Amino acid sequence: MLLEVQDLKVTFTTGDGPVNAVNGVSFGIDTGQTLAIVGESGSGKSQTAYAAMGLLARNGTATGNVRFDGRDLLHLSQNDLNKVRAQEIAMIFQDPMTSLNPYLRISEQMAEVLTLHKGMSKRDAVTEAVKMLDAVRIPDARARITMYPHEFSGGMRQRIMIAMALLCRPRLLIADEPTTALDVTVQAQIMQLLGDIRRDFGTAIVLITHDLGVVAGFCDRTMVMYGGQVMEEGTTEDVFARPVHPYTVGLLRAVPRLDRDDGELQTIAGEPPDMSRLPAGCPFSPRCSIAKPRCEGTRPTLVHMSDFMGQDRRRACHADLSEVA
Amino acid sequence: MSAPLLSVKDLAVTFDFQRRGAWPWTPPLKLQAVGGVSFDLAPGECLGVVGESGSGKSTLARAIVGTVPSSAGKIVFEGRDLASLDEEARRVHRKDVQMIFQDPLAALNPRMTVADIIAEPLITHFPATSKAEARARVAELMERVGLLPNLMNRYPHEFSGGQCQRIGIARALILKPKLLLCDEPVSALDVSVRAQVVNLLKELQRDLGLSMIFIAHDLSVVKHISDRIVVMYLGRLMEQASSRTLTTRPQHPYTQALIASVPIPDPVLEKARVRPVIEGELPSPLNPPSGCVFRTRCPKAEASCAAKLPEILDLGQGHLVACPFHAEQSAFAAA
Repeated sequence: MLLEVQDLKVTFTTGDGPVNAVNGVSFGIDTGQTLAIVGESGSGKSQTAYAAMGLLARNGTATGNVRFDGRDLLHLSQNDLNKVRAQEIAMIFQDPMTSLNPYLRISEQMAEVLTLHKGMSKRDAVTEAVKMLDAVRIPDARARITMYPHEFSGGMRQRIMIAMALLCRPRLLIADEPTTALDVTVQAQIMQLLGDIRRDFGTAIVLITHDLGVVAGFCDRTMVMYGGQVMEEGTTEDVFARPVHPYTVGLLRAVPRLDRDDGELQTIAGEPPDMSRLPAGCPFSPRCSIAKPRCEGTRPTLVHMSDFMGQDRRRACHADLSEVA
Repeated sequence: MSAPLLSVKDLAVTFDFQRRGAWPWTPPLKLQAVGGVSFDLAPGECLGVVGESGSGKSTLARAIVGTVPSSAGKIVFEGRDLASLDEEARRVHRKDVQMIFQDPLAALNPRMTVADIIAEPLITHFPATSKAEARARVAELMERVGLLPNLMNRYPHEFSGGQCQRIGIARALILKPKLLLCDEPVSALDVSVRAQVVNLLKELQRDLGLSMIFIAHDLSVVKHISDRIVVMYLGRLMEQASSRTLTTRPQHPYTQALIASVPIPDPVLEKARVRPVIEGELPSPLNPPSGCVFRTRCPKAEASCAAKLPEILDLGQGHLVACPFHAEQSAFAAA
């Protein structure tokens, strides 16, 4: 396993008491693989990635085990962690404008990465940066590298962020809602680009998103989160074709589809949970149509389903499989 | 078709735009946000308007409500031209046309209670309404949109995004409008809550016989809720057809590209899809391409496209397309 996360918990200390944003998340990703972490706002999908990268806000603490290529990321010194983050794991964010420094030319920002981490000369670094901008298909990269972030469109800025993330040839790329702020035609371009990068550089990609359509076209494996916990995980084909958790079932039925007449949309009653007042049992139990008293009392653990049609599947649900479908 | 409730003819909206640092006497730049858009809306119909950011869909909504002046063309509501209305008649018009916005929390005044927010349009238009009567109407509407009436003395921040959108809907409905304009009403909501609001809007439209204009960038949602869809690009109408025809047999290259870009939540279909991705991004509306505005990204563009605006062709059954090279293309081979 390239990245292995075990029993990750994230707690934020706030004025209203502790907020448990992530409660015991475990997953792994292999070299060259793509994993989707799907969930709605507040499901803990982003905080899971931030915790693994050591990027939590000041009031957050992470416990558990995060291993990247054998090294324990949660207990690495700041120096060593910076090295891993710069050279082996890279991250791209939802809003490219806030991730780029508006006062610096693109060339400065990109070259800085290479001079700092690879000890390159400024001149070589800029040449390398131009190559990378070509790779993410920014037209006329040599001339445009001297421009400022505001001179680019949203899609172009996201391309620049991807190019910057790839400069040190990371083995893992974490993309946090990379296309949410973009128009659909541009989203299709960026997803195609990420696919090419994975093919050409062999980069493993963790895609954090709420968009089931994007996941379907891109990821090998899918992990569904709700209320800070993993609800189920498996190969993307399998999770979509045979969901084994009532939340996933509900989610898939709640999305209108362009390719067919969907009739009345099935809804999940209620609202997403308040993370500072999570129920004692399954976080989904207040909205679940098949919840039993047991679901409200005890939290289901994420277990491997032994021999589920020969698939490697995990789920956290008390209900019998026959009840879910 | 019966007489349309709303009829938009050749509408154009142009904004004057002063370049920064320009002399006060230099003529302002013209930004045409909407140009040459025409459509009819029948009573009880839901018309979807789709387009990417900068396509002019929100400006279109504002022009219909009357918050931005149109620079050319006509908006006829119930047989009367909006431009001909005096102040008094305009106020009556505003009562008949209500709007729901994208960011549900930002659209509500944080210092007012929910009851005051929902009752405000009623008090404004009918100042004689008694307090008790207003309260009764608010309670009735809150129930109608799926909120508990005993929450009416709370403030917006105590509600979730989905509930705030329901408050916005209740406020829009209190005047019993004839036309409801929804500007991206569900794009800020989570998937599971989005379906609830979409179903609520659909139900209200059916039960109250509302006419609705539903503006969104998400074609899947628009297709689900609308009877007919208008596709816009850079302020211009590209194609207009019934939802079913538009999504299964699109004719305009832009509509085809748009549909090809929308991901389908089905891994088997999605990974097998051949996707002709269109290159580039929306050009600047300050300097739009000559002729057909889509030609810079169009796979079928020819030299003649730059010469003049494409004519809007009628293919029958209300299917309009603004492209001389239109050709039917089934969007989903498997479907």
